[in-house]
Amino acid sequence: MYYNEEFETLPRPALEALQLKRLRSMLERVYANVPFYRDSLNTAGITPDKIKSLDDLQRLPFTTKQNMRDSYPYGLFAAPMEEIVRIHASSGTTGKPTVVGYTHKDIEIWSELMARSFVSAGAHKGDIIHNAYGYGLFTGGLGAHYGAEKLGASVIPISGGNTKRQIMIMQDFGSTVLTCTPSYSLFMAEEAKAEGVDFKKLKLRVGIFGAEPWSEAMRCEIEEKLGLTAIDIYGLSEIMGPGVAIECIEAKRGLHIWEDHFIPEIINPETGQRVAEGERGELVITTITKQGIPLVRYRTRDITSITYEPCICGRTHARITRMSGRSDDMLIIRGVNVFPSQIESILVGIEGVEPHYLLVVDRNENLDTLEVQVEVNELLFSDEVKVLQRLAKRIEKEIKDMLGVTCSAKLVEPKTIQRSEGKARRVIDNRKL
Amino acid sequence: MKVEQISIFIENKSGRLAEITRILGDSGINIRALSLADTTDFGILRLIVNDVETAKTVLKEKGFTVSKTEVVALEVPDRPGGLSSLLQTLDDNQINVEYMYAFVERCGGNAVIIFRFDETDKAIGTLKDSGFTILEGERLYTL
Repeated sequence: MYYNEEFETLPRPALEALQLKRLRSMLERVYANVPFYRDSLNTAGITPDKIKSLDDLQRLPFTTKQNMRDSYPYGLFAAPMEEIVRIHASSGTTGKPTVVGYTHKDIEIWSELMARSFVSAGAHKGDIIHNAYGYGLFTGGLGAHYGAEKLGASVIPISGGNTKRQIMIMQDFGSTVLTCTPSYSLFMAEEAKAEGVDFKKLKLRVGIFGAEPWSEAMRCEIEEKLGLTAIDIYGLSEIMGPGVAIECIEAKRGLHIWEDHFIPEIINPETGQRVAEGERGELVITTITKQGIPLVRYRTRDITSITYEPCICGRTHARITRMSGRSDDMLIIRGVNVFPSQIESILVGIEGVEPHYLLVVDRNENLDTLEVQVEVNELLFSDEVKVLQRLAKRIEKEIKDMLGVTCSAKLVEPKTIQRSEGKARRVIDNRKL
Repeated sequence: MKVEQISIFIENKSGRLAEITRILGDSGINIRALSLADTTDFGILRLIVNDVETAKTVLKEKGFTVSKTEVVALEVPDRPGGLSSLLQTLDDNQINVEYMYAFVERCGGNAVIIFRFDETDKAIGTLKDSGFTILEGERLYTL
């Protein structure tokens, strides 16, 4: 089943010709409208008219999250603000978010790609889609929502949280498709069990899970506990939001990336050179139809590999494998992006706190937990329990306020956090993904 | 009028108390009184010792976070109601107790209560005026 059969099954030569045409048109737009790109292309000695083949893409400079931060908030927008109809943002490393803007056409394309993704996952018109991705600045909620409406399904915009109510609504409304983070799905299953609700008796048929890394083992566990088919979806706000790539229910082997709108490349994160098909490396994406904020060779920092082999589902679009990590130190905790450097800058902002800290990430009852260990020196120490507890609460609150992630601050004895000559070990990730 | 107490931060893991008492013992320091405040993650060990400065130095050398606090030691008769009248006086004068711990004197038969007040000087003045016996630090260290 396809949502847009013509484009999803476009023969590769036609698909690549379309990519080249759209790439050149996008480059012309950013060259004309975005000073950052005009400068970076001029510096690289290449203008849009010099792009004669898709291979020429390699001659273009990369765009990084840092470039987006440097142009905060709207510096990389290629369309005038009068044409921007939506603004989303994701957390950034300095407390400033990464901002993206969408034109009407961008929203339309996003909705279509999400609708395609739903169909690829086995959903269809008539389904009742229980959308438990967060609504707000985060792209998950609204991205899935618009796609579900575009498909013509009934969407329940429940957003995240209030698990008991989620379970009641799934039961009473007869939800058939669930969209949320994989860890939240397992958490819901546990809650349901505690409430005496058998998830397997619900009408749920398909679950579309993303926004955080997960594994095949977790897929088995979810399918077993929830009694549904679990599908992996990939996306990031910088590129669009959810629906950049998704597995097909026919194969469940690799995520088709919608190549008529995005050109994927896999590079060696150290050298910046492309790696061979099937080899692991960092995913780099060029958006070729976006108007609001088109990005040239955006470094996602996600590690994957790509295959162009034909898929049994009939789609001609390349497949990327499940994300296996990051080429930077970003952590994804309950779907929230967290860089250790963000936590560091919050900690050093608290008087007396030293920059020796350790982040311990774990998964307890299927929910990610973050423990922030801080050494108690003489400046922080008090003979009164309440003073130390207040310090721990303050650390927890500032991290929650700045990063939106709940953590527990643990006070430890001085010199117990490992010092290192070179790169200090700041993170222990005990999650078994 | 004030007594020096040392406080030590300890993580909630096995062997920490044993480690601290071993360090003090090796340095010939005698513990006069102690109290341990504990939470799920950490504890604060508060000690009255016979040699505050040495105790602080040796523990810091071993990497512990140590602080010195001024507390007040009061003698109360070791009989029913002995502590009650003292606490009533504090309450009447709106003096807050942050924490307290007690031990019984080896000779003399009185109980000694160590108090940490939020306003130490005000507390001392009030208690003296009300006729309570405040112990000098020197006496306590060598008790």
